[in-house]
Amino acid sequence: MSDKIFTGNVWKYGDNINTDIISPPAYMELSIKEASRYAMSPIDTNFSQKFKKGDILVAENNFGSGSSRETAPLTLREIGVYIIIAKSFARIFYRNSINIGILVLECSETHKIEDRDELEVDYLGGKIKNITKNEIYKCTKMPEHIMKIINAKGLVPFLEEHNKDREEY
Amino acid sequence: MGMTISEKILARAARLNKTKAGDIVWVKVDKAMMDDILGPRVEIAENLKKLKKDVWDRNKVVIISDHYTPPANAKQAQIVKFTRDWAREYGIDNYYEFIGPCHQIMVEKGHALPGKVLLGTDSHTCMYGAMGAFATGIGSTEMLGVLVTGEIWLKVPETIKVIWEGNLKKGVMAKDVILKTIGEVGHAGATYKAVEHVGNTIENMIMDERMCISNMAIEMGAKAGIIPADDKTKDYLLNRGINDGYEIYKSDNDAKYCDTLYFKAEELEPVVSCPNEVDNVTEIKNVEGTPIHQAYIGSCTGGRYNDLLQASNVLKGKKIAKGVRLLVSPASKEVWDKCAKDGILQILSEAGSTILAPSCGACLGLHSGALASGEVCISSTNRNFLGRMGSKDSKVYLGSPLSVAASSIEGNIVDPRKYL
Ligand code: SF4
Repeated sequence: MSDKIFTGNVWKYGDNINTDIISPPAYMELSIKEASRYAMSPIDTNFSQKFKKGDILVAENNFGSGSSRETAPLTLREIGVYIIIAKSFARIFYRNSINIGILVLECSETHKIEDRDELEVDYLGGKIKNITKNEIYKCTKMPEHIMKIINAKGLVPFLEEHNKDREEY
Repeated sequence: MGMTISEKILARAARLNKTKAGDIVWVKVDKAMMDDILGPRVEIAENLKKLKKDVWDRNKVVIISDHYTPPANAKQAQIVKFTRDWAREYGIDNYYEFIGPCHQIMVEKGHALPGKVLLGTDSHTCMYGAMGAFATGIGSTEMLGVLVTGEIWLKVPETIKVIWEGNLKKGVMAKDVILKTIGEVGHAGATYKAVEHVGNTIENMIMDERMCISNMAIEMGAKAGIIPADDKTKDYLLNRGINDGYEIYKSDNDAKYCDTLYFKAEELEPVVSCPNEVDNVTEIKNVEGTPIHQAYIGSCTGGRYNDLLQASNVLKGKKIAKGVRLLVSPASKEVWDKCAKDGILQILSEAGSTILAPSCGACLGLHSGALASGEVCISSTNRNFLGRMGSKDSKVYLGSPLSVAASSIEGNIVDPRKYL
């Protein structure tokens, strides 16, 4: 995601997509690769097949509530989710996502976005253009130092790459 | 301007005189807890090797195999083995297995102490707030950072003060208090914030009940759910042979709260939270008569000694309804032993319940009591999310152990007070 603009098509979900939905407990004994087939399955059994790399996951309020399980963003990333836009995120999920290289953006107008809309996301400028609907929404601007972690595909590769100590990030 | 408990604990851990909500501070971690399901196996073991690092202080790391114990299949057994072997490889002496959900064990074994900063790879780590600690759940990569450096950056949270005053009615438990609170705050109402539970209702609660309250802070999105430590906390620790090595903090009178909520205990009726959100709370009378297939008393939320004791008061001399199963999983081996010694397990068993190993199992549908499609369960646990206890087409109501016990007698959800 080194371009400053990310373009993709939307898969849209509602409020309170919690971690039991994203990463159902019954499949947590599997590897991330195997478990990713069941990501979101309680509400959408098709998710892992229909979501294509480059698509954008959009939801309403409180995305990722519940457990601290990093398997939630990890299984999403395995499927190719690199960007999630929601009205709000649960605290632990938000941090976990950044730590493994998923861009999480808050946008108060996600109710205007529908399945299969095409979006152009300017995450440094804090702007989302809905190409399908010809609308523009504001979203959180991701600061560049956080983008460095995301672009490195997460905190661990970031630390490896830069061989930096904590004071510098 | 005074400080809240959270601000004081985080200032201490950051080696600062003062912190205020919104500050980002680097704090020293007093204890780091990992379980089996989200412990070393997820992102940690592999990356620690890659980074060529060791854990910063093996005496400050606690590992507890609880979710997959006893294992239901070879995969789960493999995960427990991996966790056990990893603990041995890194010289972690504080390793426990098969003796109950991690949070109860952390308290029983004296790891969760007043004034400390504790982090765990499980969202209900917030439970140690009941001991007057600052404790919160983190993900695996964050834990990796903690294991390597012994530190973490945290944003000092704003605090919501929740005051409960007065006496609870007979038949109303701590579980009803916290469900009512969550119903009011909403499941995201405390996101990024700490909640401080105060007032004489809370002060009058025994430690078992306080832990039920703090355990569920995350169900409001909160970072921490703190109850000020007091003489009851000290006595509880003293009974475990701990009389120092901790600090008791109180919020200053002029500390700043972002919100204050006030509840009258006398007005509270038994409540349940309805599928599939914890804040979907209603008085139990509004769902009376809902047929159930399973009733569950257990977990780090509702499986402690007092929970089983209360349930046994309802079930003494009674039988559970035909076609219903009542599963009981004491929150730890210690709870099991005490309940056995006091005849509580016998009462529950004679009423027709099945006593299970102390484990996370049924709480999240991993083993020992998962739900089939179309089944309904009333449970003393902390989450009723879609598919939480098994099939995505099953339903979970959360209620107090009293409500769970009473409902198992009738095979329908029922107000427990008619059995008291
Ligand atoms: S008993 Fe349930 S809530 Fe508690 S740690 Fe285990 S799975 Fe989590």
